[in-house]
Amino acid sequence: MKQTRIVITGIGLTAPNGNSLPEFRRNLLNGVSGITAVDVRFMGRHPAGMCTFDPLKYQKKKDVRIGTRAGGISIYCAREALADAGVNLEARDRSRVGIYLGITEHGNVETENEVYNISQFKYDTKFWTHHHNPRTVANNPAGEVSLNLGITGPAYTIGAACAAGNMGLIHAAQMLRLGEIDFALGGGVSESPQTFGIFAGFKSQNALAAHADPTKASRPFDKARNGIVISEGGCIYTLERLEDALARGARIHGEIAGYHVNSDATDYVLPNPERQAECVRKAIAHAGMTIEDIDLVNTHATSTPQGDIQECQAIAEVFKARSAPPHINNTKSFIGHAMGAAGALELAGNLPSFEDGVVHPTINVDELDPQCDIPGLVINHPKSGAKIDVILNNSFGMLGINSTLIIKRFAA
Amino acid sequence: MTKDDCKKLVIDIISDIAPDEDLSAIKPEIRLRDQLQLDSMDFLDIVMELRKRHGIEVPEADYSHLASLESCAEYLTPKFAAKA
Repeated sequence: MKQTRIVITGIGLTAPNGNSLPEFRRNLLNGVSGITAVDVRFMGRHPAGMCTFDPLKYQKKKDVRIGTRAGGISIYCAREALADAGVNLEARDRSRVGIYLGITEHGNVETENEVYNISQFKYDTKFWTHHHNPRTVANNPAGEVSLNLGITGPAYTIGAACAAGNMGLIHAAQMLRLGEIDFALGGGVSESPQTFGIFAGFKSQNALAAHADPTKASRPFDKARNGIVISEGGCIYTLERLEDALARGARIHGEIAGYHVNSDATDYVLPNPERQAECVRKAIAHAGMTIEDIDLVNTHATSTPQGDIQECQAIAEVFKARSAPPHINNTKSFIGHAMGAAGALELAGNLPSFEDGVVHPTINVDELDPQCDIPGLVINHPKSGAKIDVILNNSFGMLGINSTLIIKRFAA
Repeated sequence: MTKDDCKKLVIDIISDIAPDEDLSAIKPEIRLRDQLQLDSMDFLDIVMELRKRHGIEVPEADYSHLASLESCAEYLTPKFAAKA
């Protein structure tokens, strides 16, 4: 079946090492990590990825006070994406605009803050804020964007653990193809470092990164990797049907070529490389491509001892029949795990490869784990002179959800 | 505590609840909602901050007493005095 073509026309982001795509890309090519040590409530200092965008660029102080960090990140990214796309929503029918944001979780931060707040008042719940419910409803980040921009179309989040960033784009493409909307803001967002519970949960699972130098803490594929660095961030794309984008003379960053989403159905936490490989294969098939067409694979690998090996196994299995492997890299080595934003941010960091022909490396690999030593890995130094026409982006999450998204260079 | 002291405490709270507002020229006798961008949710925040910062309870039936700076002072000053 011939599908309506969907293209990316704008990108807005904030990452621990960049508040715009040019800044983010520059730091990815120059090996600049965005990870710092932060104080985590009850837990002391831990490496984490924090963003430095100005929340007052697009919000009033009062809106920042009432809203959530995830909402503020989302508003910043959405506004930046619209500016990049050259779109003025006031001139459009805003009931035909959809907002779809992937989240790993939402509400932990706000709930923890309130529990801490009432702990200062002997746990008397009369000190519990009335803002708690609007802050913690799962649609909060998307809803705050709708309020900020006066968008009256559908605005909601997609809970898909750490596969969610891809899901925001996939869902946006699906809604555009269904004709439910005419213009989409799709991507992912994370405020996770503000909650100690996620740090404590990973620590209890022996999956929280620790390193004397926070910039070295996130080190996928390195033999000394010891866990996840938790990060905040956001990345939102404007997506349009190709005919609409061409009609307004939009700059096109790339085209949605194909995708697939599946579930392991095997474990709450542990990944399943067989299902991951199946997800990648089905996404390639959905794109009408073969393994020979993939030029760059951006891995999900989170710097955990077991997860990185399993993804490498999955990728090696899928591409084993190729004579020359695709380039393979990892963005979390720079920015940590931006949870719901991860897939969307990591894709954005690689899209400029279409233009500059450079593959950003996976940094912090001092000693490559032999079990992660698969053909095509780009390690520690960027690889120039690469002809990149197709990028495959993996994002996997707890409860065994897998998402693979394939973006190709736009060609009329 | 004088009524003027009370007004200052209320303005301190409002400056946090409505941080974008210019509070330098508030007219005490005019309803706060008529001169500031305050909605009913903001008044709930004012009630909460009076509770947190000063241990003062404002029952829902008395919310109307918070309408203006003057009525706030009239209503709250005895409550502050009772706390002293």
